[in-house]
Amino acid sequence: MDLSLSTRTVGDRTVVEVGGEIDVYTAPKLREQLVELVNDGNFHLVVDMEGVDFLDSTGLGVLVGGLKRVRAHEGSLRLVCNQERILKIFRITGLTKVFPIHSTVDEAVAATD
Amino acid sequence: MATVELRFSALPEHVRTARLVAAAVARRAGVDEAVLDEVRLAVGEACSRAVGLHRSSGISAPVKVLLTEEEKQFSIEVGDEARHAPRRPGEAPGAVDDAEDEMGLAVISGLVDDVEVSAGEHGGLIKMTWPTTPPPAAPLS
Repeated sequence: MDLSLSTRTVGDRTVVEVGGEIDVYTAPKLREQLVELVNDGNFHLVVDMEGVDFLDSTGLGVLVGGLKRVRAHEGSLRLVCNQERILKIFRITGLTKVFPIHSTVDEAVAATD
Repeated sequence: MATVELRFSALPEHVRTARLVAAAVARRAGVDEAVLDEVRLAVGEACSRAVGLHRSSGISAPVKVLLTEEEKQFSIEVGDEARHAPRRPGEAPGAVDDAEDEMGLAVISGLVDDVEVSAGEHGGLIKMTWPTTPPPAAPLS
């Protein structure tokens, strides 16, 4: 399975829906997408990971890179994830302290803290 | 001798193949279903790291993966042929490549209890081992 990406705007937030596998091969596509969104002036991103089947450290690196970019513009990058197998990777790398992780897109879009 | 041996060109697109093969062989060997996700992730990390090392060092040799089923355990060895310069204690690590390398290793060590990482002039090896549960004996009819 490859990586699928789709974006939509909800208020002042841009929701990036990711599906499939984020690994060393597909992560560059996600990186390009995030860079493009930030370059186009979208600084408040919500990355919906509910359709993600696999995530490795390359994917984590891309998300951290995205966070760094939006923060340079005082933006935000929030994740939506309920899958234990994916959450575990954020936990063992300590990244649960870095990313706000929400259980629904609505909650992530409404979050302001 | 390994149960299954895999060699693949050091290209990112083949890492997924290595993950699928490793998970299939691990399942057959009796690795617990709940742990297969970890096997898949750990072998993917080790292979991604090896691919990165080969590519950054311009090595054309393939990455080697050995999957070995033994009594009560299953092991995966991922070998690269990159020259690992010994780093002296206290010496600062290099730039970005090193950071990604460390992240992969951090995930592996967080996931796998039994892991050995060795590296030398002729290449590096990551060996990961998981316990297996033997399949239940066939019922007597």
